[in-house]
Amino acid sequence: MSNLNTVLPPVSERSNILRWMRRNLFGSWYDALLTILGALIAYWAVRGFLTWVFTVAEWEVVSTNMRLLMIGQYPLEHSDRLWVWLGFLVFLSGNSIGIWARRSRFAVVLLLIPALLALFPFGDSPRQWLILLCIAGLVGWGFGRARPDVLKRSVIAGWVISLPVIILLTHGLSESESGFMPIVRTNLWGGLLLTFLLTVVGILFSFPIGVLLALGRRSELPIIRWFSVGYIEIVRGVPLITILFMAQLMLPLFLPTGWTVDRVVRAMVGITLFSAAYLAENVRGGLQAIPRGQFEAAHALGLNGFQTMTFVILPQALRLIIPILVGQFIAVFKDTSLVAIVGLLDLVGIAKTVLAQPEFLGLQREVYAFISLIFWVLSYGMSYLSQQLEERLGVGKR
Amino acid sequence: MSRDEQQKTTIPFWRDERILRFLGQIVFVLFVLFVGALIYQNMKAGLAKQGITLSYSFFNGVSGFDIAETAFPYDRNSTYWQAFLVGLANTLSVGVVGIVFATILGVILGVARLSTNFIINRLAAFYLELIRNLSLLVFLIFWYLGVFLKLPRVKEAIIWPGDIILTNRGVGIPWGIPTASFPTFRLILIFGLILAVIVFFALRAYGQRTGRAPLTLLWSILTFILVGLLGWIILPEKPLTLDLPLVKGLNLSGGKILSPEFMALTSGLVLYTAAFIGEVVRAGIQSVSKGQVEASRALGLNAFQTLRLVVFPQALRVIIPPLTSQYLNLVKNSSLAIAVGYPDVFYVSNTIQNQTGRAVEMISLVMVTYLAISLFTSLLMNWYNQRIKLVER
Repeated sequence: MSNLNTVLPPVSERSNILRWMRRNLFGSWYDALLTILGALIAYWAVRGFLTWVFTVAEWEVVSTNMRLLMIGQYPLEHSDRLWVWLGFLVFLSGNSIGIWARRSRFAVVLLLIPALLALFPFGDSPRQWLILLCIAGLVGWGFGRARPDVLKRSVIAGWVISLPVIILLTHGLSESESGFMPIVRTNLWGGLLLTFLLTVVGILFSFPIGVLLALGRRSELPIIRWFSVGYIEIVRGVPLITILFMAQLMLPLFLPTGWTVDRVVRAMVGITLFSAAYLAENVRGGLQAIPRGQFEAAHALGLNGFQTMTFVILPQALRLIIPILVGQFIAVFKDTSLVAIVGLLDLVGIAKTVLAQPEFLGLQREVYAFISLIFWVLSYGMSYLSQQLEERLGVGKR
Repeated sequence: MSRDEQQKTTIPFWRDERILRFLGQIVFVLFVLFVGALIYQNMKAGLAKQGITLSYSFFNGVSGFDIAETAFPYDRNSTYWQAFLVGLANTLSVGVVGIVFATILGVILGVARLSTNFIINRLAAFYLELIRNLSLLVFLIFWYLGVFLKLPRVKEAIIWPGDIILTNRGVGIPWGIPTASFPTFRLILIFGLILAVIVFFALRAYGQRTGRAPLTLLWSILTFILVGLLGWIILPEKPLTLDLPLVKGLNLSGGKILSPEFMALTSGLVLYTAAFIGEVVRAGIQSVSKGQVEASRALGLNAFQTLRLVVFPQALRVIIPPLTSQYLNLVKNSSLAIAVGYPDVFYVSNTIQNQTGRAVEMISLVMVTYLAISLFTSLLMNWYNQRIKLVER
């Protein structure tokens, strides 16, 4: 070793593109090789994809059948009802953003999405509705921002009643065709509408069952614990499709003679029972993360077991697992597509109907690529949104 | 109050928590039994109306339907029971092939995701984000209808280097056909396997005795390959002859022909599951703290040794449990074969159920089958996990 006392000047670390490339792309000979290989793959894939999208693919099949893909065979004359509840949801979202994410510019941009969609060639009526949706969202946002304290309660109440409102508006009220809001039978529900309803109902109803199962699994009472463990492990050990088949074929057998259950409701029951087992495991994870001291403190304050759970443990545990719950929501959303196999006409099931039209034979790639796009955008959007919200609100951290 | 009196004043039983708990559980059991009995009664009444009694005796009847892909001899005169077994074998083969390839691709993706090379890193990240937000069912259908059935007809088959023929009738790959000397070769291979195991344990014992860490697995695999090669050379007649796929008229012949259904199912499952395994592997490697790497470099281990002796064993502990659930997911997801028409156990059972109307029996049988596969896989993985997990005081 030479003279250790020589002080070398610090290495200059100026960032320029060449140095960056040298470090990140051409560090060594195999790095260079990988870079070139990767660039070739990327070039080939992007070029192939773009060529297909812009020159080969025939997108009329999607634009012509947009209504089928979105709402299935839901009668067009009643589709205004769907727009109304969508407007209600957008209004509530705008309100919530105004109240809880006031600073977020990103969230406000979200409210402009309907207006953006209106630029696509969807026809006149949907375009007007989309613009109305955008206005509803922005108005809601303005209200929320102006009067956050007054509106908080009503917004929460709005979210609570939103599911009944959605179901009511979609299903209708009067038996006669001429009456107020005539009933639309569930066999006409389809497309993205059905996928959405199955997801929301599945998640909402599986939530209480999942929490109960998680508590049961941690219970000190052996029979309750065994029952919960048995349920959770059996459901998690079999594919969703077997549960859906069970719900379709065996549920009618389980009920007393004369009782009939709608096919869509059967699918909802199947998805709920399936999702509950997975949710239970997530909730259990949250429960396990709560330190013993919390139980002991609640006990010392004189709370009984039920009070300890509802007021001390569960609020903390559920808050901890919000990111995981969003993941679960996305998983259920993707899994609902399996109802197509038992013959429901959801987003995937309706594709067969679309492809059976004689003028669109052989366009499977276009149709399924479009459906994949919808799934991708919605799933990715949800996970991105939840990440943003977690960061902003500090959810999941304590 | 005297001591005697104090003991006598017991809590009344309706406030005694022990008794309440006991009673609560009894009530729960009675409730579950009641609901169960109700369901059973309804089911029996409903089935009786259809003229069906619950039993599996129909399983010995003649199936009367064909199955496109069979691992062992089967035709329409075989029984339902044999049809079910054919389906089970197909499920297992998809499961094994899927797990092997998904693991390889997943590890590559996970390592690529952590690469310092910008392009490789971004490509892997893009792939993971793309796949993880898709619906598997749509993905599988896309591969089947959009890719494998859209391949050219047999007459205009695409031929890839290595004699791989791509057509809409299936994908032909070269395959070995056993000759007369194959049984001898199989014996040699078994001998090689035994020798490899012996080498494995000997090297491990040597490592434990001396404190050095020989490349145990590598040497034992090399032993096996060496024995196999020697056998190949020594035998006068080659044990396998290479059979190349050929286009013959309107069909493919020779080699091994993989049906579009099988290809769509396995490639879809592999590409989908690999994305999830990639995330698992990335998280596992990232969980090993930087200090461990620095410490091992300070001890004079080179990069490869650091990876093999320090990073990998620790990462494996984090990786194995979620990897297990990904394997289970893959096997369970293989039931989506019904969407692409591959005759796995679920598809075959569904056919049987459609023919016989035995919904209750078939669905419960399929559920038990999947439960058994899941249980077996997780037992295997748990056993492995026990072996590698941190030994704590």
